[in-house]
Amino acid sequence: MAVLVFADHDNASLKDSTHKTVTAALALSGDVDVLVAGKGAGEVAKAAAGIAGVRKVLHAESDALGQGLAEAIASLVTPLMAGYDALLTPATSLGKSFSPRVAAKLDVAQITEVVEVVDGSTFVRPIYAGNALETVQSSDAKKVITVRSTNFKAAAEGGSAAVETVDAGPGAGKTTFVGQQIVKSARPELTAAKIVVSGGRAMGSAEEFQRVIEPLADKLGAAVGASRAAVDAGYAPNDYQVGQTGKVVAPELYVAIGISGAIQHLAGMKDSKVIVAINKDGDAPIFQVADLGLVADYKSAVPELMDALAAAGK
Amino acid sequence: MKVLVPVKRVIDYNVKVRVKADQTGVDLANVKMAMNPFCEIAVEEAVRQKEKGAATEVVAVSIGPAQAQETLRTALAMGADRAILIQTDQDLEPLAVAKVLAAVVAEEAPGVVIMGKQAIDGDNNATGQMLSALLDWPQAVFASEIVLSAGSAKVTREIDGGLQTVDVALPAVITADLRLNEPRYASLPNIMKAKKKPLDVKELSAVGVDTAPRLKVVKVTEPPKRSGGVKVESAADIVSNLKTNGVI
Repeated sequence: MAVLVFADHDNASLKDSTHKTVTAALALSGDVDVLVAGKGAGEVAKAAAGIAGVRKVLHAESDALGQGLAEAIASLVTPLMAGYDALLTPATSLGKSFSPRVAAKLDVAQITEVVEVVDGSTFVRPIYAGNALETVQSSDAKKVITVRSTNFKAAAEGGSAAVETVDAGPGAGKTTFVGQQIVKSARPELTAAKIVVSGGRAMGSAEEFQRVIEPLADKLGAAVGASRAAVDAGYAPNDYQVGQTGKVVAPELYVAIGISGAIQHLAGMKDSKVIVAINKDGDAPIFQVADLGLVADYKSAVPELMDALAAAGK
Repeated sequence: MKVLVPVKRVIDYNVKVRVKADQTGVDLANVKMAMNPFCEIAVEEAVRQKEKGAATEVVAVSIGPAQAQETLRTALAMGADRAILIQTDQDLEPLAVAKVLAAVVAEEAPGVVIMGKQAIDGDNNATGQMLSALLDWPQAVFASEIVLSAGSAKVTREIDGGLQTVDVALPAVITADLRLNEPRYASLPNIMKAKKKPLDVKELSAVGVDTAPRLKVVKVTEPPKRSGGVKVESAADIVSNLKTNGVI
C-alpha cells in the first residue's frame, strides 16, 4: 500500500500539520510520499524531504497551485492517485476544498477529519461537532482521507527523501484568482499555537476585548481566540472563532476568559492539554472541562493574572 | 438565473445529541429537527439574490424522509419559489447525495447551485465540492460574499488566516459559510403562503443513481469525557499551578 500526503504550506514554509499527517499516513503504510503543490515552493519541498519516514517528495509548480485553487489541485492529484492507495490531506480550508473533488473523481467516499487510524480501512472521526465519534470501515479500493492533524504527533525530522518534479496538471479551468487578504499578525497562528487565550461575550465590547485579551495573549506568547458569541456580537474578528463552526484547536494551554462554555465552543477546544477558565458564574459549563477554574470577574482576575505572570518572570 | 438550493433536515443545533446505548448511532427519536444552519444561510442568500434582481427563481431541493417536506416548507416560507423532495429513508453519504443532486441539476439546469458548506450532523463538508467535480463545474466554497453577474460570480471565500476572492464562470457550485448573511425568520403570512407553493415529491429509486453506502459504520461512541479539575482561589494560584506543572 502506498500513501500520498498533501503538504500544507504557504509557498514559503512547510506547516507542522504536514508532519502530523505523515504520522497518520505511516500508520497505514511504510510507503509514504509527500506532494508539494505550490509556486516558488522549492524550500517547502526540501523541508518535506527532511521528514523522517518519507519515501519521496513530488513537487509541482504553477500559479494556480500557488494560489490554492481547488480545481487546479484536484486535477493534479486525481491522476497521481493511479499510483497510490490512499490520499491523506490535513483538514485545512484548502484541504477541505479540494479533497472531496478528488474523491468524487475517483468515485470513492471521503473520510473526513480522521482523528484515529484503527487499521488500513477503519478510521475514527468526530460527528455532531465532536459530540459523538464514528468508527467507519471503508469498502472503497482507494481511500481519500482528511486528517484532523491536532490529534496526531508530528513526525520527526531527519529524513532525506528525493525530490521529484511532476507536471502541474491542467490548471484551474473556469476559476480565476482575484486576490487574497491574509491577516498579518506577530502572534502565532490560532490552530498551531502552543497557548491560546480566548475571550467571550462577557467582554461586552470590541475595545474591552482588545484591552483585556490581547495583552494577556502577548504576555504568554499566545494566539487570540474568541467564542462564537463574542464574534457574533462583533467583539472579535471572524477568524478568531474557536468552536465547531470556527477553528478546532488543541494547544498545550487554553485560557478561557468570560466564556460560559457552550457545546459548540467546547467542541473546538476540549482536546487542549490544560484548560484554564475564569468566569464569574461558578455554574458555567466551562468549569466542567477546565483543569483550573477561577470563579471571579475577569475585570479583577485578568489584571491579577498579569501581575502574577510578571512576578513569575513572564 | 435559476438558483438551486439543496437543504438538509438535521437535529436542531440547540439540541444536545445522545449516543445510543447499543452504539449504532445517535438517538433521533423524539428529537427536535430543523433545517441545517448552513443550508438556512444558503436559502437566505438565494432569496436575497432574487430580491436584488440577480436571480429569477429559487428552487429548494432536499433528499430525505417524508418529514423533510417541513424543511422544504421552511425554505418556501423564507422565499424560495418551489421545492423538490427526493424521498428516501436511507441515510445517504455525501457522494451519493452529490450524485442525486447532479441528476436534479441535469433536469433543472440552474445557473448556480448555492448550498451550505456542511451539515452539522455528519460534519463532512464534502457534498458541494463533490457535486462541482461530478458536474465539472467550478466551485467557490466557504463563501462570505457572493456577487452574481451574467456568466460569472465573484465570491469572497474564508480561508485559513484570511479571505480569498475568486471569479468563477457560471454555472458553478457555491457553498455558504457562517458569515455570508443572517437568515431571516419567516413571517406568519409567508408561512401561510408557503403552504400553497408547489412541492414535488419523487422517490429516490426514480432518480436512478447508485447510492449504495461506501462506508460501514462500525460503531458510534461518546467522546472521552473530560473531567473538571480544581477550582482555585486566585489568579496567583493559576500561575503557580501552571508553573509547577511545567505548562508555562
